[in-house]
Amino acid sequence: MRALCWYGKNDVRVETVPEPKILNPRDAIIKTTLSAICGSDLHLLHGYIPMMKPGDILGHEFMGEVLEVGTEVTNLKKGDRVVVPFTIACGRCWFCQNGLTSLCDNSNPNSQAAEKLYGYSASGLFGYSHIFGGYAGGQAQYVRVPFSDTACQKVPESVNDEQALFLSDIFPTGYMAAENCNIHPGDTMAIWGCGPVGQFAIKSAFLLGAERVIAIDEVPERLEMARKQGKAETLDSGEGEVVEKLKEMTGGRGPDGCIDAVGMEAHGTSVEALYDYAKQAVRLETDRPHVLRQAIQACRKGGNLSVPGVYGGVIDKFPIGAAFSKGLTLRMGQTNVHRYMKPLLDRIEKGEIDPSFVITDRYGLDCAAEAYKTFDKHERGCIKCVLRP
Amino acid sequence: MELENVNQMERIASVIAGTALSFFGLRQALAKHQAAAGAGLTLAGAALIRRGVTGYCDLYRACGVNTAGEGIRVDRSITIHASREAVYGFWRNLENLPRFMKHVQCVEVINEVPNELIAWRSLPGAPVKHTGSVRLEHATAGRGTTVTVELQYDQPAGPVGAWIAKLWGKRPEREIELELRRLKNMVEAGEIPTNQGQPAGRVDDGSQQGKAKQGERVQHASEASFPASDPPSYTHVNEL
Repeated sequence: MRALCWYGKNDVRVETVPEPKILNPRDAIIKTTLSAICGSDLHLLHGYIPMMKPGDILGHEFMGEVLEVGTEVTNLKKGDRVVVPFTIACGRCWFCQNGLTSLCDNSNPNSQAAEKLYGYSASGLFGYSHIFGGYAGGQAQYVRVPFSDTACQKVPESVNDEQALFLSDIFPTGYMAAENCNIHPGDTMAIWGCGPVGQFAIKSAFLLGAERVIAIDEVPERLEMARKQGKAETLDSGEGEVVEKLKEMTGGRGPDGCIDAVGMEAHGTSVEALYDYAKQAVRLETDRPHVLRQAIQACRKGGNLSVPGVYGGVIDKFPIGAAFSKGLTLRMGQTNVHRYMKPLLDRIEKGEIDPSFVITDRYGLDCAAEAYKTFDKHERGCIKCVLRP
Repeated sequence: MELENVNQMERIASVIAGTALSFFGLRQALAKHQAAAGAGLTLAGAALIRRGVTGYCDLYRACGVNTAGEGIRVDRSITIHASREAVYGFWRNLENLPRFMKHVQCVEVINEVPNELIAWRSLPGAPVKHTGSVRLEHATAGRGTTVTVELQYDQPAGPVGAWIAKLWGKRPEREIELELRRLKNMVEAGEIPTNQGQPAGRVDDGSQQGKAKQGERVQHASEASFPASDPPSYTHVNEL
């Protein structure tokens, strides 16, 4: 089969590799009908995520048709059309049973590696390095889905592939980010990052009762989409003084909730941002928390800071004093996709939201390497690429 | 009274070495022009004899080394989201043991309290002589069962052997952790997570491969990428 494989920094290629097989009794094999490239895949492309091996298949947003199921799977059959969460969860450990599927105890075969780094291992992920399980990803013609009886969400005929695909990751991610801000009716939200997750966070914030959303980015097309599709007010971070402007725009209070939908590769030109670039170059810092610092500074007293943006390692100069002094609540983490799939699918079916708005580019799987390049450089206003095998 | 920190074999060796050193030292001391060296050797020899006779070594004490222990003791626990009955039943079903416990072979059960405790010891001729127990306790707040394994065993080369094995990466605690994790996987999820046997764009003959050449098509990936229970070595990130 054809699959997009990682071979090193800025080196991804579509190769012909063997097809996956059932390895465990709760597995299923999916024939992919649509998949996508995520912003977090760019961290892999740029070489920021350790424990990658040349040849690893990437991709954690995918959907398709069930081809084969393991002996223990009773709720799926061949031909079922399903979308699959990017976090792999057994459904039966204490974390899964309490809705925290991104923290599953039983889905990372390399749990000891993650334990060394983080103290305890969270769930395995598709296509996201061997720290998170080394699972072959979904930018491929076929994928093996572990714990498929828990994973696979069936998709009705009334919802097409482009509408359903983002239930795998970015729609629940944006939604959980907004939910984590504990939004009260009338609240004002500030969202850094108008990539796909940011766009879904904007829409979700309004769905959850926010009155105003201020979206921050430096890419014109993304700000335009935030205005047109998201109905957000926008701030161009390239013009600087984001914190001051947010204060003015909120009558001197600051936003009630702040979302960092940017993560570890934040861009900035201020002194502290340049400091991060320099430290990262000599490996004294692994992540760049430029947006995190701004969000802490900008958030109103007693407000909520929600972090869906991916961080992997350690950061410097974290303004813990500001966060403490203002009594902020910080909530973060990988998305507990499973708990959101059905409720968000219901909203799509009812017509409350059409997630396909975020797609700007469509490629065949064989052109995936080019798609990565386009997405990475934001060429031609690219915001979200989908791949059709 | 000082505690012993030197084991039997070492003590015997110490006495023999100390006696020999003292003998040569005395000879040298009595010879002309070598009194100082001879005295030094005699003192060293005397220290070794004392060490062997009393079983206590100041240098070991200073370095925190103790070779006189009764063997190695390992304690590890894990919480399993299942009742004690379910965990006990799974463990006691001997067919399940090899799936998660690779070290508990050739044993006889010496004590057993249903749903609470199983204690065993190795049979004569077992590769590693040991005793062990597993205790099952209620975990708080509905978390299930806490499973605690205690193992006491003799490493073939004694405590020094265990220390060397640690340096080489084969820590017994790690093995027990892995086995408890497999037990948890089996009882909770019904299977052990794996990525062994899945596809990848590399020819895996066990060595770390560099980039595949441009245009080179990978037709077959190997069955085993790496053992599921051992993480691969760190793959260095390329320069920024």
